[in-house]
Amino acid sequence: MEVDGLCSLALREFGCEQNLLSRPDGSASFVQGDSSVLAGVYGPAEVKISKEIYDRATMEVVIQPKVGLPGVRERAREQCVRETCEAALLSSLHPRSSLSLVLQVVHDDGSLLSCCLNAACMALMDAGLPMGCLFCGVTCAIDPEGRLITDPTARQEQNSRAVMTFAIDSAQHRVMMSSTKGSFSLDELQQCIAVSQRASEKIFHFYRESVRRRYSKTL
Amino acid sequence: MRETPLSNCERQFLLKAIEEKKRLDGRQTYDYRNIKITFGTDYGCCIVDLGKTRVLAQVSCELVAPKENRPTEGILFFNLELSPMASPAFELGRQSELLVKLNRLLERCLRNSKCIDTESLCVVSGEKVWQIRVDVHVLNHEGNIMDAASIAAIAALCHFRRPDVGIQGEEVTVYSTDERDPIPLSIYHMPICVSFSFFLQGTYLLVDPCEREERVMDGLLVIAMNKHREICSIQSSGGIMLLREQVLRCSKIASVKVSEITDLINRALENDKKVRTEGGKFGFAESIPKQRITVLKSDGALLEVTNLEQKAEGIASGAEPISDLGRASSPVVRAPGTAQVGESLENAWGLEQLEEEEEEEEPVDQTMDEGQEKEEESLYHKKGEVVVISDSEEEDVVILHPETKVKDSDQQTSSSQQQGTGVTKKKKKPVN
Repeated sequence: MEVDGLCSLALREFGCEQNLLSRPDGSASFVQGDSSVLAGVYGPAEVKISKEIYDRATMEVVIQPKVGLPGVRERAREQCVRETCEAALLSSLHPRSSLSLVLQVVHDDGSLLSCCLNAACMALMDAGLPMGCLFCGVTCAIDPEGRLITDPTARQEQNSRAVMTFAIDSAQHRVMMSSTKGSFSLDELQQCIAVSQRASEKIFHFYRESVRRRYSKTL
Repeated sequence: MRETPLSNCERQFLLKAIEEKKRLDGRQTYDYRNIKITFGTDYGCCIVDLGKTRVLAQVSCELVAPKENRPTEGILFFNLELSPMASPAFELGRQSELLVKLNRLLERCLRNSKCIDTESLCVVSGEKVWQIRVDVHVLNHEGNIMDAASIAAIAALCHFRRPDVGIQGEEVTVYSTDERDPIPLSIYHMPICVSFSFFLQGTYLLVDPCEREERVMDGLLVIAMNKHREICSIQSSGGIMLLREQVLRCSKIASVKVSEITDLINRALENDKKVRTEGGKFGFAESIPKQRITVLKSDGALLEVTNLEQKAEGIASGAEPISDLGRASSPVVRAPGTAQVGESLENAWGLEQLEEEEEEEEPVDQTMDEGQEKEEESLYHKKGEVVVISDSEEEDVVILHPETKVKDSDQQTSSSQQQGTGVTKKKKKPVN
């Protein structure tokens, strides 16, 4: 399969603001193009007895949609984000405690799950929770002609044949989580993973830059 | 998670400061914190910052059947949510007393004041009207949620545009925003809530209490008013007795505050409109303050795609071999008229025990299953054994099977499996 159309293999402009809410222990807002997600983290804190796990922290993730009550789609996304966070966090350092992550969708213009993952990672970083590695989310779409699009907008997602989101870790650039929709061949999946790994380098570079900027005065 | 309780020292300190006409954040008695209104890319989306309190409002619309007793009126629906992000004390999906109170106040402020022309929301009388839904999310609770929520809700309603509809005979067409310009709601006036907190049995009064002040206050008076100085709703809670003069004084302060805030909303709306008509950039992404040290923005990045093919192939070669897949997915006929796919794939149950027994059984199997394909055979043996091991209680019944089934044609794979089970049974018996 030929990968043509270099312009489609680009990330939209992205931005991040950390520590913007006063109440949560860590907060971040992540913007990818027009998609925007706000994340807040509380913890480690006291846990409900019923949810207590004796050897590690209990991770809870809530995704709040902008309109209406959370439904099945939000639950599915919550699970994806929770499992990624659990894999990255060193939760055994805080046994019998709770970590709760709340994500508020501020604007959905495609690649929402990857935006949620990025906001979550930035908020966890801001909260200063111990993590084995950082993670980022990358969304790829395959349009009906078989071309790859990274970081698609809502319209591109709608017109595409398949949409895949991967969470990639910063240590080895391995896939931590994948969520796919639509049909695609094995070749295409491998290509998408390769592209996502390439894109993740850009995002991790951005993470590094933002942390460097943030602590430039204190360090 | 529980809220950190306020210590007695803090409580006394706060009250003492209020007695001395001082506030924690250095404001005067009648001062509001800074109000910042930002609109999103969508119509009807707005974030209001009142100091550190942050509220997000989103208006949406939907065509529904009207209420029976009001066939020509559109429906207004308000939903205020205390997101667990706002404070550790807020739980998801719990109808706390505060939540009910705030929702009721918002409804009284915006629906019962008839500030929105609901009759203009009628499409077909008695059949179709617009339902306008206002979702208000509290994102950060630093006191005075009510004022922030009312500002966010009314600003979002003013900003909102609903799609145009056309009616031809019985047919109702909803035009998308590309086809026809969307229509704003008709709003008569803008009611805004102003909160007053009272301390020490109503001796001291503060406007726009922050979260700490709210915790030590004795009573709260909320006045909803528009810029024409018409009171839309008034509520006193906390059970303090207020004198007539106090209420009148509060209403005077409210009228000043409301006119200031209304101006601010109008200016924000005009700004947004100007940017949109000029085709400039708008939305939350643009409103992030770039000079802050906690903020970083990056331009869109092109991805290098050289070596991509090789890398993709690398993933394939680096992955675990998936040779088993091919065999398992080919359909297997176990009896005439039936087929099965993927049988061997899920057979991970009790594999370890199987391997131990396999060696003993193999000679027996080979004698019995002559003329059959070896590959399939061994797979089915595994399957057969699994069944037997798991339900040893039915031993007597299973032993009968080979005798009946052997009569079937030997070519069928099913019979070979049954024989297999029989053999294993016999072998197992002495063990038990």
